[in-house]
Amino acid sequence: MVKLYNKSLLSQSDSLSDPKNQLNLLDKVNLIPFQENLKKSNLFPLKPINIDVFQVNIGKMCNQVCKHCHVDAGPDRKEIMTRDTMHLCLDAIDKTSCSTVDITGGAPEMNPDFRWFVKELFKKNKKIIVRCNLTIIVANKKYNDLPIFFKKHNVEVVSSLPYFNSKKTDAQRGNGIFDKSIKALKMLNEVGYGIEGSGLVLNLVYNPTGAFLPPNQSVLEADFKIKLMGKFGVQFNNLFAITNIPISRFLQYLLVSDNYKGYMQKLVSSYNPMAASSVMCRNTISISWDGYIYDCDFNQMLDLKVSAKEKHLSKYNFEELLNRNIIVNQHCYGCTAGSGSSCGGSVT
Amino acid sequence: MKTYYNPEDLKKFGDISEWQEKLGEKFFDYYGAIFQDGALTKREKTLIALAVSHAVQCPYCIDAYTEESMEQGYDEEQMMEAVHVASALKGGATLVHGVQMMNKYKDLSM
Repeated sequence: MVKLYNKSLLSQSDSLSDPKNQLNLLDKVNLIPFQENLKKSNLFPLKPINIDVFQVNIGKMCNQVCKHCHVDAGPDRKEIMTRDTMHLCLDAIDKTSCSTVDITGGAPEMNPDFRWFVKELFKKNKKIIVRCNLTIIVANKKYNDLPIFFKKHNVEVVSSLPYFNSKKTDAQRGNGIFDKSIKALKMLNEVGYGIEGSGLVLNLVYNPTGAFLPPNQSVLEADFKIKLMGKFGVQFNNLFAITNIPISRFLQYLLVSDNYKGYMQKLVSSYNPMAASSVMCRNTISISWDGYIYDCDFNQMLDLKVSAKEKHLSKYNFEELLNRNIIVNQHCYGCTAGSGSSCGGSVT
Repeated sequence: MKTYYNPEDLKKFGDISEWQEKLGEKFFDYYGAIFQDGALTKREKTLIALAVSHAVQCPYCIDAYTEESMEQGYDEEQMMEAVHVASALKGGATLVHGVQMMNKYKDLSM
Protein backbone atom coordinates (compact mmCIF):
# COMPACT_ATOMS: atom_id res chain seq x y z
CA MET A 1 0.00 0.00 0.00
CA VAL A 2 1.28 3.47 -0.81
CA LYS A 3 1.03 6.71 1.08
CA LEU A 4 -0.80 9.40 -0.87
CA TYR A 5 -1.51 12.95 0.19
CA ASN A 6 -5.09 13.88 1.00
CA LYS A 7 -4.65 16.95 -1.19
CA SER A 8 -5.55 17.84 -4.74
CA LEU A 9 -2.86 17.41 -7.39
CA LEU A 10 -3.09 21.15 -7.93
CA SER A 11 -2.29 21.99 -4.32
CA GLN A 12 0.58 19.49 -4.39
CA SER A 13 1.92 21.24 -7.53
CA ASP A 14 1.99 17.75 -9.06
CA SER A 15 2.78 17.79 -12.79
CA LEU A 16 -0.31 15.60 -13.33
CA SER A 17 -2.51 18.57 -12.43
CA ASP A 18 -1.87 19.63 -16.03
CA PRO A 19 -4.06 17.44 -18.30
CA LYS A 20 -1.43 17.66 -21.07
CA ASN A 21 1.01 15.76 -18.88
CA GLN A 22 -1.61 13.08 -18.24
CA LEU A 23 -2.24 12.70 -21.97
CA ASN A 24 1.49 12.51 -22.71
CA LEU A 25 1.84 9.76 -20.16
CA LEU A 26 -1.13 7.82 -21.56
CA ASP A 27 0.34 8.12 -25.07
CA LYS A 28 3.72 6.81 -23.96
CA VAL A 29 2.46 3.38 -22.89
CA ASN A 30 3.27 0.89 -25.61
CA LEU A 31 -0.20 -0.59 -26.01
CA ILE A 32 -2.66 -1.00 -28.87
CA PRO A 33 -4.22 2.42 -29.54
CA PHE A 34 -7.87 2.52 -28.45
CA GLN A 35 -8.84 3.67 -31.95
CA GLU A 36 -7.43 0.41 -33.38
CA ASN A 37 -9.71 -1.68 -31.21
CA LEU A 38 -12.67 0.52 -32.11
CA LYS A 39 -11.85 0.02 -35.80
CA LYS A 40 -11.83 -3.76 -35.33
CA SER A 41 -15.25 -3.43 -33.69
CA ASN A 42 -16.50 -1.26 -36.59
CA LEU A 43 -17.06 1.60 -34.17
CA PHE A 44 -14.51 4.13 -35.39
CA PRO A 45 -15.11 7.03 -35.61
CA LEU A 46 -17.25 6.71 -32.51
CA LYS A 47 -20.55 8.51 -33.07
CA PRO A 48 -23.34 9.56 -30.69
CA ILE A 49 -26.64 7.71 -30.83
CA ASN A 50 -28.49 10.58 -29.12
CA ILE A 51 -28.08 12.99 -26.22
CA ASP A 52 -30.30 11.58 -23.52
CA VAL A 53 -28.20 12.59 -20.51
CA PHE A 54 -27.12 16.18 -20.03
CA GLN A 55 -24.41 15.97 -17.38
CA VAL A 56 -23.34 19.17 -15.67
CA ASN A 57 -20.28 19.45 -13.46
CA ILE A 58 -21.13 22.49 -11.37
CA GLY A 59 -17.79 22.77 -9.63
CA LYS A 60 -14.62 21.17 -8.40
CA MET A 61 -15.09 22.28 -4.81
CA CYS A 62 -15.56 19.33 -2.46
CA ASN A 63 -15.44 18.63 1.26
CA GLN A 64 -13.56 15.38 0.54
CA VAL A 65 -10.26 14.54 -1.15
CA CYS A 66 -10.67 10.97 -2.43
CA LYS A 67 -7.54 9.23 -3.63
CA HIS A 68 -9.10 8.08 -6.89
CA CYS A 69 -10.91 11.33 -7.80
CA HIS A 70 -10.83 11.95 -11.55
CA VAL A 71 -11.92 15.57 -11.03
CA ASP A 72 -9.03 16.37 -8.66
CA ALA A 73 -11.69 17.94 -6.47
CA GLY A 74 -11.16 19.21 -2.95
CA PRO A 75 -11.72 22.06 -0.51
CA ASP A 76 -8.98 24.07 -2.21
CA ARG A 77 -10.66 23.99 -5.63
CA LYS A 78 -12.55 27.22 -6.22
CA GLU A 79 -13.83 26.56 -9.76
CA ILE A 80 -17.62 26.59 -9.54
CA MET A 81 -20.38 27.27 -12.04
CA THR A 82 -22.02 30.69 -11.90
CA ARG A 83 -25.76 31.25 -12.17
CA ASP A 84 -25.19 32.85 -15.58
CA THR A 85 -23.64 29.60 -16.84
CA MET A 86 -26.49 27.65 -15.26
CA HIS A 87 -28.85 29.81 -17.32
CA LEU A 88 -26.90 28.76 -20.41
CA CYS A 89 -27.33 25.12 -19.32
CA LEU A 90 -31.09 25.59 -18.97
CA ASP A 91 -31.29 27.15 -22.44
CA ALA A 92 -29.25 24.28 -23.91
CA ILE A 93 -31.43 21.69 -22.13
CA ASP A 94 -34.47 23.27 -23.82
CA LYS A 95 -32.79 22.67 -27.18
CA THR A 96 -31.87 19.06 -26.32
CA SER A 97 -34.16 16.05 -26.35
CA CYS A 98 -32.67 14.75 -23.12
CA SER A 99 -34.68 12.97 -20.45
CA THR A 100 -32.10 13.33 -17.69
CA VAL A 101 -29.95 16.04 -16.17
CA ASP A 102 -27.10 14.60 -14.13
CA ILE A 103 -25.52 17.06 -11.69
CA THR A 104 -22.05 16.29 -10.45
CA GLY A 105 -18.96 17.94 -8.98
CA GLY A 106 -16.95 18.12 -6.59
CA ALA A 107 -19.72 18.23 -4.09
CA PRO A 108 -22.37 19.96 -6.22
CA GLU A 109 -24.32 20.97 -3.12
CA MET A 110 -21.47 23.35 -2.18
CA ASN A 111 -22.28 25.56 -5.16
CA PRO A 112 -24.39 28.43 -3.73
CA ASP A 113 -26.72 28.21 -6.75
CA PHE A 114 -27.16 24.44 -6.57
CA ARG A 115 -30.66 24.55 -5.08
CA TRP A 116 -31.79 27.23 -7.51
CA PHE A 117 -30.55 25.10 -10.41
CA VAL A 118 -32.37 21.98 -9.14
CA LYS A 119 -35.61 23.96 -8.71
CA GLU A 120 -35.36 25.25 -12.29
CA LEU A 121 -34.77 21.75 -13.62
CA PHE A 122 -37.69 20.44 -11.58
CA LYS A 123 -39.94 22.95 -13.36
CA LYS A 124 -38.78 21.48 -16.67
CA ASN A 125 -39.96 18.03 -15.56
CA LYS A 126 -36.60 16.39 -16.26
CA LYS A 127 -35.28 13.42 -14.37
CA ILE A 128 -32.70 14.96 -12.03
CA ILE A 129 -29.72 12.97 -10.78
CA VAL A 130 -27.48 14.42 -8.10
CA ARG A 131 -24.14 12.74 -7.45
CA CYS A 132 -23.99 13.29 -3.70
CA ASN A 133 -20.89 12.22 -1.77
CA LEU A 134 -23.08 11.60 1.32
CA THR A 135 -20.79 13.27 3.85
CA ILE A 136 -21.83 16.72 2.63
CA ILE A 137 -25.24 16.03 4.23
CA VAL A 138 -23.63 15.87 7.67
CA ALA A 139 -20.74 18.29 7.01
CA ASN A 140 -22.61 21.37 8.16
CA LYS A 141 -26.02 22.18 9.64
CA LYS A 142 -26.97 24.06 6.47
CA TYR A 143 -26.80 20.79 4.50
CA ASN A 144 -28.74 18.62 6.96
CA ASP A 145 -32.02 19.24 5.13
CA LEU A 146 -30.68 18.00 1.78
CA PRO A 147 -32.61 14.70 1.97
CA ILE A 148 -35.87 16.67 2.30
CA PHE A 149 -34.83 19.04 -0.50
CA PHE A 150 -33.99 16.06 -2.73
CA LYS A 151 -37.34 14.45 -1.94
CA LYS A 152 -39.29 17.64 -2.66
CA HIS A 153 -37.74 17.86 -6.13
CA ASN A 154 -37.86 14.14 -6.86
CA VAL A 155 -34.09 13.97 -7.23
CA GLU A 156 -32.46 10.59 -7.86
CA VAL A 157 -29.49 10.37 -5.50
CA VAL A 158 -26.34 8.57 -6.62
CA SER A 159 -23.69 8.18 -3.94
CA SER A 160 -20.27 6.62 -3.75
CA LEU A 161 -19.64 3.95 -1.16
CA PRO A 162 -16.73 1.76 -2.23
CA TYR A 163 -17.33 -0.90 0.42
CA PHE A 164 -19.50 -1.90 3.33
CA ASN A 165 -16.75 -1.40 5.88
CA SER A 166 -14.71 1.54 7.10
CA LYS A 167 -11.31 0.05 6.30
CA LYS A 168 -11.73 0.06 2.53
CA THR A 169 -14.00 3.10 2.36
CA ASP A 170 -11.72 5.29 4.46
CA ALA A 171 -8.63 4.06 2.59
CA GLN A 172 -10.08 5.52 -0.60
CA ARG A 173 -12.12 8.47 0.64
CA GLY A 174 -10.42 9.61 3.86
CA ASN A 175 -10.53 8.89 7.58
CA GLY A 176 -13.97 8.83 9.15
CA ILE A 177 -15.80 8.99 5.81
CA PHE A 178 -17.50 5.60 6.20
CA ASP A 179 -19.17 6.44 9.53
CA LYS A 180 -20.37 9.79 8.20
CA SER A 181 -21.63 8.13 5.01
CA ILE A 182 -23.67 5.62 7.02
CA LYS A 183 -25.14 8.46 9.07
CA ALA A 184 -26.11 10.29 5.84
CA LEU A 185 -27.54 7.12 4.31
CA LYS A 186 -29.77 6.68 7.38
CA MET A 187 -30.97 10.28 6.98
CA LEU A 188 -31.82 9.55 3.34
CA ASN A 189 -33.59 6.32 4.33
CA GLU A 190 -35.58 8.23 6.97
CA VAL A 191 -37.26 10.41 4.34
CA GLY A 192 -37.88 7.38 2.12
CA TYR A 193 -34.81 7.21 -0.13
CA GLY A 194 -33.89 3.64 -1.02
CA ILE A 195 -37.05 2.28 0.59
CA GLU A 196 -39.09 -0.01 -1.63
CA GLY A 197 -42.33 1.54 -2.80
CA SER A 198 -41.34 5.11 -1.90
CA GLY A 199 -40.45 6.02 -5.49
CA LEU A 200 -37.37 7.79 -4.13
CA VAL A 201 -34.27 6.33 -5.73
CA LEU A 202 -30.98 5.99 -3.89
CA ASN A 203 -28.26 4.27 -5.90
CA LEU A 204 -24.77 3.51 -4.65
CA VAL A 205 -21.54 3.53 -6.60
CA TYR A 206 -18.75 1.03 -6.05
CA ASN A 207 -15.24 1.88 -7.24
CA PRO A 208 -12.44 -0.65 -6.72
CA THR A 209 -10.18 0.43 -3.88
CA GLY A 210 -7.04 -0.24 -5.89
CA ALA A 211 -5.63 -1.33 -9.25
CA PHE A 212 -8.16 -3.98 -10.17
CA LEU A 213 -11.41 -4.25 -12.11
CA PRO A 214 -14.80 -4.15 -10.39
CA PRO A 215 -16.61 -7.38 -9.54
CA ASN A 216 -19.81 -8.52 -11.16
CA GLN A 217 -22.31 -5.75 -10.43
CA SER A 218 -25.31 -7.88 -9.49
CA VAL A 219 -23.31 -10.20 -7.22
CA LEU A 220 -21.78 -7.21 -5.47
CA GLU A 221 -25.15 -5.48 -5.15
CA ALA A 222 -26.57 -8.53 -3.37
CA ASP A 223 -23.57 -8.56 -1.01
CA PHE A 224 -23.92 -4.84 -0.27
CA LYS A 225 -27.64 -5.18 0.42
CA ILE A 226 -27.14 -8.00 2.92
CA LYS A 227 -24.21 -6.33 4.69
CA LEU A 228 -25.57 -2.77 4.81
CA MET A 229 -28.99 -3.92 6.01
CA GLY A 230 -27.62 -6.50 8.43
CA LYS A 231 -24.94 -4.35 10.04
CA PHE A 232 -26.35 -0.83 9.75
CA GLY A 233 -30.04 -1.12 8.81
CA VAL A 234 -29.34 0.83 5.60
CA GLN A 235 -31.31 0.29 2.38
CA PHE A 236 -30.67 1.36 -1.20
CA ASN A 237 -31.96 0.58 -4.70
CA ASN A 238 -29.17 -0.31 -7.12
CA LEU A 239 -25.40 -0.61 -6.99
CA PHE A 240 -23.36 0.72 -9.90
CA ALA A 241 -19.93 -0.93 -10.25
CA ILE A 242 -17.63 1.58 -11.91
CA THR A 243 -14.09 1.06 -13.20
CA ASN A 244 -11.44 3.56 -12.14
CA ILE A 245 -10.26 5.52 -15.17
CA PRO A 246 -6.48 6.00 -15.36
CA ILE A 247 -6.48 9.78 -15.13
CA SER A 248 -5.92 12.46 -12.48
CA ARG A 249 -5.52 11.26 -8.89
CA PHE A 250 -6.08 7.59 -9.74
CA LEU A 251 -3.31 7.93 -12.33
CA GLN A 252 -1.09 9.36 -9.60
CA TYR A 253 -1.92 6.37 -7.40
CA LEU A 254 -1.10 3.95 -10.24
CA LEU A 255 2.27 5.61 -10.80
CA VAL A 256 3.24 5.88 -7.14
CA SER A 257 2.21 2.28 -6.43
CA ASP A 258 4.00 0.96 -9.54
CA ASN A 259 0.71 -0.42 -10.86
CA TYR A 260 0.38 1.80 -13.93
CA LYS A 261 1.73 -0.56 -16.58
CA GLY A 262 -0.04 -3.61 -15.17
CA TYR A 263 -3.36 -1.78 -14.85
CA MET A 264 -3.20 -0.45 -18.41
CA GLN A 265 -2.36 -3.92 -19.73
CA LYS A 266 -5.31 -5.28 -17.78
CA LEU A 267 -7.67 -2.69 -19.26
CA VAL A 268 -6.46 -3.34 -22.80
CA SER A 269 -6.57 -7.13 -22.49
CA SER A 270 -10.10 -6.84 -21.07
CA TYR A 271 -11.38 -4.76 -24.03
CA ASN A 272 -14.97 -5.81 -24.68
CA PRO A 273 -16.51 -4.80 -28.06
CA MET A 274 -20.01 -5.15 -26.59
CA ALA A 275 -19.11 -2.63 -23.90
CA ALA A 276 -17.52 -0.36 -26.50
CA SER A 277 -20.78 -0.16 -28.44
CA SER A 278 -22.64 0.90 -25.28
CA VAL A 279 -20.28 3.49 -23.81
CA MET A 280 -22.01 6.40 -22.11
CA CYS A 281 -20.48 9.10 -24.33
CA ARG A 282 -22.79 7.84 -27.08
CA ASN A 283 -25.84 9.21 -25.25
CA THR A 284 -24.36 11.86 -22.97
CA ILE A 285 -22.72 15.23 -23.10
CA SER A 286 -20.79 16.74 -20.26
CA ILE A 287 -20.64 20.43 -19.33
CA SER A 288 -17.84 21.96 -17.30
CA TRP A 289 -18.16 24.60 -14.57
CA ASP A 290 -17.21 27.29 -17.11
CA GLY A 291 -19.70 26.16 -19.76
CA TYR A 292 -17.55 24.17 -22.16
CA ILE A 293 -18.89 21.01 -23.78
CA TYR A 294 -17.22 17.60 -23.61
CA ASP A 295 -18.02 14.03 -24.62
CA CYS A 296 -17.83 12.83 -21.01
CA ASP A 297 -16.65 13.85 -17.55
CA PHE A 298 -13.29 12.13 -18.14
CA ASN A 299 -12.61 14.00 -21.39
CA GLN A 300 -13.61 17.12 -19.49
CA MET A 301 -10.91 16.54 -16.89
CA LEU A 302 -8.38 15.95 -19.67
CA ASP A 303 -9.53 19.18 -21.31
CA LEU A 304 -10.53 17.36 -24.50
CA LYS A 305 -13.38 19.58 -25.68
CA VAL A 306 -15.92 18.23 -28.16
CA SER A 307 -14.91 17.92 -31.77
CA ALA A 308 -17.37 20.54 -33.00
CA LYS A 309 -17.13 24.10 -34.21
CA GLU A 310 -19.09 25.36 -31.23
CA LYS A 311 -17.50 24.11 -28.03
CA HIS A 312 -19.22 26.44 -25.57
CA LEU A 313 -22.79 26.61 -24.28
CA SER A 314 -23.02 30.24 -25.39
CA LYS A 315 -23.18 28.92 -28.96
CA TYR A 316 -24.86 25.60 -28.26
CA ASN A 317 -25.65 23.68 -31.44
CA PHE A 318 -27.56 20.47 -30.73
CA GLU A 319 -27.56 19.24 -34.35
CA GLU A 320 -23.82 19.70 -34.68
CA LEU A 321 -23.24 17.80 -31.43
CA LEU A 322 -25.39 14.92 -32.63
CA ASN A 323 -23.18 14.54 -35.68
CA ARG A 324 -19.80 14.95 -33.99
CA ASN A 325 -17.04 12.38 -33.74
CA ILE A 326 -16.46 11.46 -30.11
CA ILE A 327 -12.87 12.05 -29.00
CA VAL A 328 -11.21 8.87 -27.79
CA ASN A 329 -7.84 8.16 -26.22
CA GLN A 330 -6.09 5.47 -24.19
CA HIS A 331 -8.04 6.30 -21.01
CA CYS A 332 -11.21 5.14 -22.82
CA TYR A 333 -10.12 1.54 -22.20
CA GLY A 334 -11.44 2.11 -18.68
CA CYS A 335 -15.02 2.25 -20.01
CA THR A 336 -14.70 -0.81 -22.25
CA ALA A 337 -12.96 -3.29 -19.94
CA GLY A 338 -14.84 -6.39 -18.83
CA SER A 339 -18.51 -5.61 -18.29
CA GLY A 340 -17.87 -2.01 -19.29
CA SER A 341 -18.31 1.04 -17.12
CA SER A 342 -20.38 4.20 -17.12
CA CYS A 343 -21.82 6.69 -14.66
CA GLY A 344 -24.68 4.17 -14.40
CA GLY A 345 -22.42 1.19 -13.74
CA SER A 346 -21.65 -1.75 -16.02
CA VAL A 347 -23.01 -1.51 -19.58
CA THR A 348 -23.31 -5.17 -20.62
CA MET B 1 19.38 -10.66 -10.31
CA LYS B 2 18.32 -13.98 -11.78
CA THR B 3 15.50 -15.78 -10.01
CA TYR B 4 13.65 -19.00 -10.72
CA TYR B 5 10.32 -17.16 -10.84
CA ASN B 6 9.68 -14.10 -13.00
CA PRO B 7 6.21 -12.46 -12.70
CA GLU B 8 6.37 -11.57 -16.42
CA ASP B 9 6.47 -15.30 -17.26
CA LEU B 10 2.84 -15.68 -16.24
CA LYS B 11 1.85 -13.75 -19.40
CA LYS B 12 3.81 -16.32 -21.42
CA PHE B 13 1.88 -19.29 -20.00
CA GLY B 14 0.16 -19.77 -23.36
CA ASP B 15 3.55 -20.26 -25.00
CA ILE B 16 3.70 -23.84 -23.68
CA SER B 17 1.49 -24.78 -26.65
CA GLU B 18 4.30 -23.84 -29.04
CA TRP B 19 6.16 -27.05 -28.23
CA GLN B 20 3.11 -29.30 -27.93
CA GLU B 21 0.19 -27.64 -29.66
CA LYS B 22 -2.51 -30.32 -29.31
CA LEU B 23 -1.98 -31.03 -25.63
CA GLY B 24 -1.52 -27.34 -24.89
CA GLU B 25 -4.80 -26.48 -26.59
CA LYS B 26 -6.62 -29.28 -24.80
CA PHE B 27 -5.27 -28.06 -21.48
CA PHE B 28 -6.30 -24.43 -22.03
CA ASP B 29 -9.74 -25.41 -23.34
CA TYR B 30 -10.20 -27.56 -20.25
CA TYR B 31 -8.90 -24.78 -17.98
CA GLY B 32 -11.25 -22.24 -19.57
CA ALA B 33 -14.23 -24.57 -19.26
CA ILE B 34 -13.54 -25.23 -15.60
CA PHE B 35 -13.80 -21.57 -14.68
CA GLN B 36 -17.19 -21.06 -16.31
CA ASP B 37 -20.30 -20.93 -14.13
CA GLY B 38 -21.51 -24.48 -13.51
CA ALA B 39 -22.80 -26.28 -10.45
CA LEU B 40 -20.38 -23.90 -8.73
CA THR B 41 -20.20 -20.27 -9.78
CA LYS B 42 -17.07 -18.77 -11.34
CA ARG B 43 -16.84 -16.68 -8.17
CA GLU B 44 -16.85 -19.73 -5.89
CA LYS B 45 -14.28 -21.47 -8.07
CA THR B 46 -12.01 -18.44 -7.83
CA LEU B 47 -11.82 -18.74 -4.05
CA ILE B 48 -11.10 -22.47 -4.31
CA ALA B 49 -8.34 -21.65 -6.81
CA LEU B 50 -6.89 -19.07 -4.43
CA ALA B 51 -6.70 -21.65 -1.64
CA VAL B 52 -5.23 -24.31 -3.93
CA SER B 53 -2.67 -21.79 -5.24
CA HIS B 54 -1.31 -21.58 -1.71
CA ALA B 55 -1.46 -25.31 -1.15
CA VAL B 56 0.56 -25.96 -4.30
CA GLN B 57 2.71 -22.90 -3.48
CA CYS B 58 2.56 -21.54 -7.02
CA PRO B 59 3.60 -17.84 -7.03
CA TYR B 60 2.07 -17.29 -10.47
CA CYS B 61 -1.25 -18.72 -9.30
CA ILE B 62 -1.16 -16.69 -6.07
CA ASP B 63 -0.68 -13.45 -8.04
CA ALA B 64 -3.36 -14.36 -10.56
CA TYR B 65 -5.99 -15.56 -8.11
CA THR B 66 -5.40 -12.78 -5.60
CA GLU B 67 -6.23 -10.27 -8.33
CA GLU B 68 -9.11 -12.40 -9.61
CA SER B 69 -10.51 -12.78 -6.08
CA MET B 70 -10.44 -8.98 -5.65
CA GLU B 71 -12.22 -8.62 -8.98
CA GLN B 72 -14.82 -11.13 -7.82
CA GLY B 73 -15.50 -8.91 -4.79
CA TYR B 74 -13.85 -10.92 -2.03
CA ASP B 75 -12.25 -8.96 0.78
CA GLU B 76 -9.07 -9.56 2.79
CA GLU B 77 -10.82 -11.48 5.56
CA GLN B 78 -12.54 -13.89 3.19
CA MET B 79 -9.37 -14.46 1.18
CA MET B 80 -7.25 -15.13 4.26
CA GLU B 81 -9.86 -17.58 5.55
CA ALA B 82 -9.55 -19.45 2.27
CA VAL B 83 -5.76 -19.61 2.75
CA HIS B 84 -6.35 -20.97 6.26
CA VAL B 85 -8.47 -23.72 4.77
CA ALA B 86 -5.53 -24.64 2.55
CA SER B 87 -3.25 -24.45 5.58
CA ALA B 88 -5.55 -26.69 7.62
CA LEU B 89 -5.52 -29.30 4.89
CA LYS B 90 -1.76 -29.09 4.41
CA GLY B 91 -1.14 -29.16 8.17
CA GLY B 92 -3.70 -31.89 8.71
CA ALA B 93 -2.20 -33.93 5.91
CA THR B 94 1.17 -33.73 7.62
CA LEU B 95 -0.14 -34.49 11.06
CA VAL B 96 -2.39 -37.37 10.07
CA HIS B 97 0.77 -39.14 8.90
CA GLY B 98 1.74 -39.00 12.55
CA VAL B 99 -0.60 -41.96 12.97
CA GLN B 100 1.48 -43.89 10.45
CA MET B 101 4.57 -42.92 12.42
CA MET B 102 2.92 -44.08 15.61
CA ASN B 103 1.93 -47.38 13.97
CA LYS B 104 5.45 -48.00 12.70
CA TYR B 105 6.94 -46.97 16.03
CA LYS B 106 4.71 -49.44 17.82
CA ASP B 107 5.54 -52.18 15.29
CA LEU B 108 9.23 -51.74 15.99
CA SER B 109 8.89 -51.48 19.73
CA MET B 110 8.65 -54.21 22.37
